[in-house]
Amino acid sequence: MGPSPALSPLDLALRLGDDALILSHRLCEWSGHAPTLEIDLALSNIGLDLLGQAQFFLQHAGGLEGAGRDEDALAYRREEHEFRNCLLVEQPNGDFARTMVRQFFFSSWQALRFEALADSADAEMAAIAAKAGKEVAYHVRFSAEWVVRLGDGTAESRRRVADGVNWLWRFVDELFTGEDSGLRPGWEAAAGATLAQAGLELPAPVRGVTGGREGRHSEHLGHLLAEMQYLQRTHPGAQW
Amino acid sequence: MVAAERILAAVAGVPDPEIPAITLADLGIIREIRTGTPDELVITPTYSGCPASAAIQVSLRQALDEAGLGAVRIKVELSPAWTTDWISAAGREKLLAYGIAPPETAQERLARRDAAPAVCPQCGSLKTAEISRFGSTPCKALWRCMDCAEPFDRFKCI
Repeated sequence: MGPSPALSPLDLALRLGDDALILSHRLCEWSGHAPTLEIDLALSNIGLDLLGQAQFFLQHAGGLEGAGRDEDALAYRREEHEFRNCLLVEQPNGDFARTMVRQFFFSSWQALRFEALADSADAEMAAIAAKAGKEVAYHVRFSAEWVVRLGDGTAESRRRVADGVNWLWRFVDELFTGEDSGLRPGWEAAAGATLAQAGLELPAPVRGVTGGREGRHSEHLGHLLAEMQYLQRTHPGAQW
Repeated sequence: MVAAERILAAVAGVPDPEIPAITLADLGIIREIRTGTPDELVITPTYSGCPASAAIQVSLRQALDEAGLGAVRIKVELSPAWTTDWISAAGREKLLAYGIAPPETAQERLARRDAAPAVCPQCGSLKTAEISRFGSTPCKALWRCMDCAEPFDRFKCI
């Protein structure tokens, strides 16, 4: 691969904002469907934290862009190919085990990403990262505990969590492209330790699926946006 | 420019919309009064996605307007990030009286591990266990008391 052009502050704010926004929407799809009431609350709470983070990042992105778009315009009135989220977060929930593996993979990455960002020269980005990092630490703990509990549970739960790891593994490479490649060793060490506790291993390398950061998404994002953007598309500018 | 004390007095009694037993000042959400042109009331959210954020701003706006301080601007700042250590001693007592176990203070956290038990706000027992890391609002976890068998909310320590 040739050297990639440096990531602009606007692109970075869009990436981090879109990651949080799309995963937040996925988590809210569990509302009323989670295995227990406590998990229902937990998933909605994580989704809410992510939605708040998305709001801050996209608000900042709107300011950097300088075209008069606020966070709502960016969230609700962009087309699929304009979204910069990674493919991992737009994947359908699958079963609870897969949702937990996706959360664990993503939150562990986000924790490292925000740690690095907290030293950013962009004071606003650094402030968002420092604040969000505290919330993400909770998400990592919650999802890691479930990965261990399921992996260390019954034959059925173990099969499901192993399936989740194997299915989602192809989307991990994308998290570590370009300037984020330096985060990989730390992530693999942390993820590997939790998987070992669960009686699982990091899968062998596979050909990673990428493209989300450039706006080339899986078919799932369009369906998600159709639902998420429906109201603002039908009644542009509608307010509570 | 208005005296900082007057602005503070106008908003000092504004309750949190989710936990009305405690004020926004007790929670550490009101961070600073910056006098100038315009005067600014600086606040910070507890959690990024706290759904009460909008209601908090509306309540503060109303309190300022009623005190004739319509020109004071409300400014949201994220840094430094809110921590439960900013909840005042009076605030901790109000939480406990309201049935919510307050978070540990920074000193208590240093002295013990993160997983220290909460004190049951109903019977004072230390025989308590976490049911779920996430509770009725982003800032609380769900616990239960093994002695009086009551479930209760505990402020998450961040």
